[in-house]
Amino acid sequence: MRGKRNSVEKPKDFKKAMLNFMIILKPYRLLIIIAIILAFIGSIFSIIGPDKIKEITNIITVGLRGNLNLNKIKKIALFLITIYLIGTICNYLEHFIMATITNRFSKKLRNDISDKINKLPLKYFDSTPYGDILSRVTNDVDSMSQAIHQSIGTLVNSMTLLIGSVFMMFYTNWILALTAIISSLFGFLFMIIILSKSQKYFLAFQKELGKLNGHIEETYTGHSVVKVYNGKDLEIEEFDRINNNMFTSSIKAHFFSGLMNPIMSFIGNFGYVCVCVIGAYLAIKGTISFGVIVAFILYARLFTQPLSQIAQVATSLQSAGAASERVFEFLETKEMPSEDSQVKYLDKSKVKGEIEFKNVKFGYNPNKLIIKDFSAKVKPGDKIAIVGPTGAGKTTLVNLLMKFYDLNDGDILIDGVSIKELTRENIHDLFIMVLQDTWVFEGTIKENVIYNTKKVSFERVKEVTKTVGLNHVIKSLSKGYETILSDNESLSAGEKQLLTIARGMLKDAPFLILDEATSSVDTRTEELVSQAMDKLTVGRTSFIIAHRLSTIKNANLILVLNEGNIVEQGTHEELLKKNGFYAKLYNSQFESIKEENK
Amino acid sequence: MIKLFKNLGKKEYGYMVIAIIFIVIQVVLDLKLPDYMSEITRLIQTEGSVQSIFTQGMYMLGCAFGSLLSSFIVGYLATYIASKFGQKVRDKVYTKVLDFSMAEIKEFSVASLITRTTNDVGQVQMLISFGLQALIKAPIMAVMAVIKIAGKNMQFSILTFITVILLLILISIIISLVMPRFKIVQKLTDNLNRITRENLTGIRVIRAFNAEEYQTDKFNEANKKLTNLQLFNQRVMAIMSPFMSLLMSSLTLAIYVVGAFLINEANLLEKIDIFSDMVVFSSYAMQVIMSFMMLVMIFLIYPRASVSAKRILEVLVTDNQIKSGKVKIGKEIGTVEFKNVSFKYPDADDYMIRNVSFKAKKGETVAFIGGTGSGKSTLINLIPRFYDVTEGEILVDGVDVKKYDLESLHQKIGYVPQKAFMFRGTIKENVAYGKSSQPITDENIQNAIAVSQASDFVSKMDDGVDSFIARGGTNVSGGQKQRLSIARAIARRPEIYVFDDTFSALDYQTDFNLRRDLKKYTKDATTLIVAQRIGTILEADQIIVLEDGEVVGMGKHQELLKNCTVYQEIAKSQLSEEEL
Repeated sequence: MRGKRNSVEKPKDFKKAMLNFMIILKPYRLLIIIAIILAFIGSIFSIIGPDKIKEITNIITVGLRGNLNLNKIKKIALFLITIYLIGTICNYLEHFIMATITNRFSKKLRNDISDKINKLPLKYFDSTPYGDILSRVTNDVDSMSQAIHQSIGTLVNSMTLLIGSVFMMFYTNWILALTAIISSLFGFLFMIIILSKSQKYFLAFQKELGKLNGHIEETYTGHSVVKVYNGKDLEIEEFDRINNNMFTSSIKAHFFSGLMNPIMSFIGNFGYVCVCVIGAYLAIKGTISFGVIVAFILYARLFTQPLSQIAQVATSLQSAGAASERVFEFLETKEMPSEDSQVKYLDKSKVKGEIEFKNVKFGYNPNKLIIKDFSAKVKPGDKIAIVGPTGAGKTTLVNLLMKFYDLNDGDILIDGVSIKELTRENIHDLFIMVLQDTWVFEGTIKENVIYNTKKVSFERVKEVTKTVGLNHVIKSLSKGYETILSDNESLSAGEKQLLTIARGMLKDAPFLILDEATSSVDTRTEELVSQAMDKLTVGRTSFIIAHRLSTIKNANLILVLNEGNIVEQGTHEELLKKNGFYAKLYNSQFESIKEENK
Repeated sequence: MIKLFKNLGKKEYGYMVIAIIFIVIQVVLDLKLPDYMSEITRLIQTEGSVQSIFTQGMYMLGCAFGSLLSSFIVGYLATYIASKFGQKVRDKVYTKVLDFSMAEIKEFSVASLITRTTNDVGQVQMLISFGLQALIKAPIMAVMAVIKIAGKNMQFSILTFITVILLLILISIIISLVMPRFKIVQKLTDNLNRITRENLTGIRVIRAFNAEEYQTDKFNEANKKLTNLQLFNQRVMAIMSPFMSLLMSSLTLAIYVVGAFLINEANLLEKIDIFSDMVVFSSYAMQVIMSFMMLVMIFLIYPRASVSAKRILEVLVTDNQIKSGKVKIGKEIGTVEFKNVSFKYPDADDYMIRNVSFKAKKGETVAFIGGTGSGKSTLINLIPRFYDVTEGEILVDGVDVKKYDLESLHQKIGYVPQKAFMFRGTIKENVAYGKSSQPITDENIQNAIAVSQASDFVSKMDDGVDSFIARGGTNVSGGQKQRLSIARAIARRPEIYVFDDTFSALDYQTDFNLRRDLKKYTKDATTLIVAQRIGTILEADQIIVLEDGEVVGMGKHQELLKNCTVYQEIAKSQLSEEEL
């Protein structure tokens, strides 16, 4: 239930959050100023309105006893209609401008986040769940733009109305003004008490909701385990408990928040009566005309409205502040070091294919070295195998080669050039990488094979898919190469693996990294995969993360990893002779055969 | 939608009746307010005493307060009914889903079932709580307000009517423009999310291919589409509030202007009547318009809630295919027998499994091997009745699995799924999960952890077996999850183990040690293993080779090497010449 955040979340540093808002909104300042002016004009007009209605009422009151000045009424009516129309247009333009600004703004913010993903070191993603970043792209940006959209207009509007109506009330009659203000404030006090209570209940409700959703998600995904282990009654019991808590907190939260509107309208009526009684007293005394009372009733409404709106804006700005903090925290995360100063460049058509590891030291956590002091020299065209039990850190070496992570100490040289002196882009250009977790995106098979390789003919696509033995499968699909890959499983896991190999084949590069894990693939498809992989290694310096030890006997160098350390290195024969960790590992897969053959 | 309301109990219906009574009271009181207003107006006009105005004012405040109290009561009752409804329906859906078999779960998909239980119920609950207050209140209010003003003045009524019509036209134009686009917005948002997810999951590939720009272009394109559509929607929606207030202020103005003309033409006596009518009308007219707007709100919520209600009902009316039998005790111990079993998935044309027969005796190990899609996992999933056989029968301990009480059947079986699943809780809670035939002691747990080769990493964790596992087991590695999931099966000491391709994720060494220790620990247990690696199943008493759902070989390793071509092929791809 990631991304579901409670509505009353507060930013850690409200000032900083608001400052950030200012900074990102800077490019739009001219438009925002126009919007503010428009909102201001619109609000002024809605204050003038009641005043003019008052005039009409006065004229009619006079007319009750004598002649009605219809001409004057017509004039006022015409004036009012014009004001209403201009006000409406101003208000619409203000909304229009704000919608434009906020959409442009959120588009830019989303693009920034997406770009940022490309600039962050891989290390960042090790510790941050995907859902967290995803919710920043959508939920957080949305709540920010919504807050900006609503708050600027509403704030200007409410402030103008508030100040304007207070001013007009005092201008018209100070006694009635005080009456209206005091009677409303009394109601607001009451409301604030209830609001603070309801916030507390809402938090509790959100918490219960989170628990309930978590429980549902867990038991549904683990349905088969719940079933076979007869955990059903247990889970239902737990569910009922949470569901019950949620019922109680739901009533409290919703009841209290539902009180807002009735109280608001009561305050309105209360103000009305106060104004009427005091007004009548004044009118009978002859201090004011009846029209003043009518106008005051409208002013009192204008006065109570913005107060509650300002309260709403404040909460929405608060949650937007919290959202903006998350977004900016992400955008301000330290990026990979800039590579502008890198001057060296390796042309992939001229690279010989030599790699040297020189006293490499590395740890994901600087205090805990995973690779302690690793040196090795790889000749052009060599086949290097990396083996070790599950979780030994085989991919670490690959990560270092690809400069996904920076070394703590030591160096890696490609054709004698340190990778520190090369741009990441240059290094990536030199490698073909096929990973075990096959990554395909929603798009046609053709698009998935070509990916971002430029100038690839359809003929070439067919050729590589044929090489990996995939063309038969693709042909059997009704849409062939145009079949869209998505969750519909038109290709099996093994076939997807073959597809990623084909994708690698299209790229021409002197080095190759293969992660040949095929645990999700049946053994005969595996045979196909490994044949395809063999074809890829021809003429390239290749690094193979091996899972089946039988295939790597002809490797020029085998690196044996255990618990993150390179414990042994050498050729297959050398390592077997050593009778160490590799020999044990190698023999374990045949242990049972030997036992049985005895 | 109506069908779902059956979930409300007598108490809730009682509350509903009370709520309706209070709504009526509230509306009557609310509509009484303008009467007092007009009375106050009249008093002011006729220069009545302050005393009498004060009295009227107090009456009015009394009404307002009464209305406030009624709305408190209505609010409480409505939230109570809606929350109770939500609780009951959620409970029903949840229980139903837990009873579902794999077939139904797959049909709906887990993700969809989750939204049905949470969001969809929430939607309907919201409609009830809002609807009770608005759907009942709005028409009562509209009707009563209309009655109040209808008799009073033709001209003012016509003005109000025109405004309502204009308002409805405005709203329907906006809705017809925006509604269809709202659906597309949802799709485009999903699209944007998908691309971001792809960026994150494929980050290594993207960087290795220097494809950052390719991804960025894709994202920008989707972002542009979404933004443009949203911009259009918001620009259209922005019309709503300024124009609505324009209509309302114009109505007030129109009533006053028309009133002025009427008063001018009326005789002296009528003048004051028309005047107070005019003041009252302007506020009643607002009430009428407000109630129309409330109804419009319902029209906005209703379609969504009705879709949700349909989705909830779909779950509730789905019949569970797998029905529990009554037998609790088997005739034999530790045997599994397949008798001419054929199986096809519901709605599938082709059989997944054809005519499979074999028998596993007590203490034996039977292994299944074959390519992806050969049906080996499907086959053993029939034993705990995730699906029922299409033809033939499966006997566990000599009794057809369909005749067993499901709980008793499951107690015999220690099933370990292909993908390990962890619950939020301690390691101990995870290993001792569920109900078993005999209580699971701490010693059982320790043994199970040791046998599953998990003691190494468990003892390294801060709190040993009491260490906390996060939801979905995100704080342990895949291999560790797999071992704990195996420990869970071992801890309950079942008669029959079913391993659905459990070992492939382990390295050879761990795989070997685990099977060796398991054999020692459970001499009497019958074991069924689906495997991909020959090494895992060499010692099995019976190896069953499957291809396209049919048995193409059965026997021990050495025999199959001699006479089963499919087995030979598999073996060749995994073992070198000398090892063969």
